Amino acid sequence: MDDNILRYTLLERVMHWAAAVTYVYVLLTGLAFYSPHLYWIAMVLGGAPTSRFWHPWIAVLFMAVVAWMLRAWLGDMQITGADRAWGKAVHLYIANHDDGLPPIDRFNIGQKHFFWTMLYAGCVLLLSGIVLWLPEKLPWSLRAVRSAAILLHVSAALVTIGAFIIHVYMGTAVVRGGFTSIIRGEVSPAWARTHHRLWYYRVTNK
Amino acid sequence: MSAGNLRIQAISGHAGPVPGAGTQRQDQVCKLIDTTTCIGCKACEVACLEWNDLPFRETVFDNTYQTMPETAWNYWNLIQFNEHTAADGSFQWLMRKDQCMHCADPGCLAACPADNAIVQYQNGIVDFQQDYCIGCQYCVTGCPFNIPKFNSHTKKMFKCTLCTDRVSQGLEPACIKACPTGCLHFGGKEDMKALAEMRALQLREHTAHARAGVYDPPGVGGTGVIYVLHDITNPEAYGGLPVNPRVPLSVWLWKGPLKWLGNIAMVGGLIGVSLHYLRFGPKKVDGHGR
Repeated sequence: MDDNILRYTLLERVMHWAAAVTYVYVLLTGLAFYSPHLYWIAMVLGGAPTSRFWHPWIAVLFMAVVAWMLRAWLGDMQITGADRAWGKAVHLYIANHDDGLPPIDRFNIGQKHFFWTMLYAGCVLLLSGIVLWLPEKLPWSLRAVRSAAILLHVSAALVTIGAFIIHVYMGTAVVRGGFTSIIRGEVSPAWARTHHRLWYYRVTNK
Repeated sequence: MSAGNLRIQAISGHAGPVPGAGTQRQDQVCKLIDTTTCIGCKACEVACLEWNDLPFRETVFDNTYQTMPETAWNYWNLIQFNEHTAADGSFQWLMRKDQCMHCADPGCLAACPADNAIVQYQNGIVDFQQDYCIGCQYCVTGCPFNIPKFNSHTKKMFKCTLCTDRVSQGLEPACIKACPTGCLHFGGKEDMKALAEMRALQLREHTAHARAGVYDPPGVGGTGVIYVLHDITNPEAYGGLPVNPRVPLSVWLWKGPLKWLGNIAMVGGLIGVSLHYLRFGPKKVDGHGR
């Protein structure tokens, strides 16, 4: 189809996949340290000391990409009145009765919540992670900070994992065409009209 | 460190049971430190360095006899000096040999995610296995005594081994051999506990130290290193010995409820999206191909 619509520029796709690859690495190495039953993941990824060495550095890279994303998508990620109306009818979306949903712009409220969840949880992970990264720099009198950092780090990581599961599931299994769009950048007019009608009207000047 | 013929009782970061645990009964060992007869000569420090082939460290002068603030990755045994003025104005030099306490319930081992990096032997010794250490330093957070220390060059953790290599061969730890006043004793836990209690009783009945007692903190299940203190009600005066050391609550929350909650949430999430797909499937696009 020649009338396909550009949904993600090349730069946006590179940005998304840079975030995806770094997140998955940090997720897998983090899971290895989370449970003895998942420690084998660290072996697969080059050994546990290697995983421990790279986990924080790749995480910093991930957060740098998230900062880039924030700059690129700040306008698109604002939650609008249309989003809230859509959010009220989210049960229709979950049950695939999409014809009853109010029209929305480029991203739906779920995608926006996913973005903000990863951003804020990422900030918590980064700050607590710095404490866990260099605990010997912290004096013994501040050991409570270490304890708090461990709990915050695990909790925030679990929040991102929950969000990540839903994100991957929606983007690949439920919203067909979504995965192709983040790889090749294009969607069909019908896809755009169905899922993001306001955006479709905006970019096609209809 | 060489484990010799010691049997393992607990392994850090280990999925499943401990191989060989309980096949052989080994007596609990214990180091007794009588702070009332310690003269702070530091012979135990030298013996520790010599036996474990560690270099001398540069000292840090702080206007007291304290030679450095705390133990280090290559300095596992340090005398803590404290100039202590009691409520009645009497002055004391308190000297405490500081090293790993070899807790029965070791926080370092509980916090460690690396399979086999920390082991607890049947005889109670808690030992780091640097070959398996990943340098994450979670043991620092788990320890209530500020003992595990990080070598930033090799990215490994170190601490007192209770001379595992000597003990496994029927010898006493190097520090015990060197003590000139006999304030250090080594033997079975029950024997050392009895000896310590007898000494504390002697202090209470025959000296002015009416509050003398034995430090064997129950919060960590008791320790493989016990102290006789002049004043058992004030262990903090002995270079910050905690009154009631415990494995931090955060470590328990993290390895207990939080982990189970997380496991249920992650597996539940995966099952949830799978069920959603089976029930509702993919979305259809309006007017597809129009």
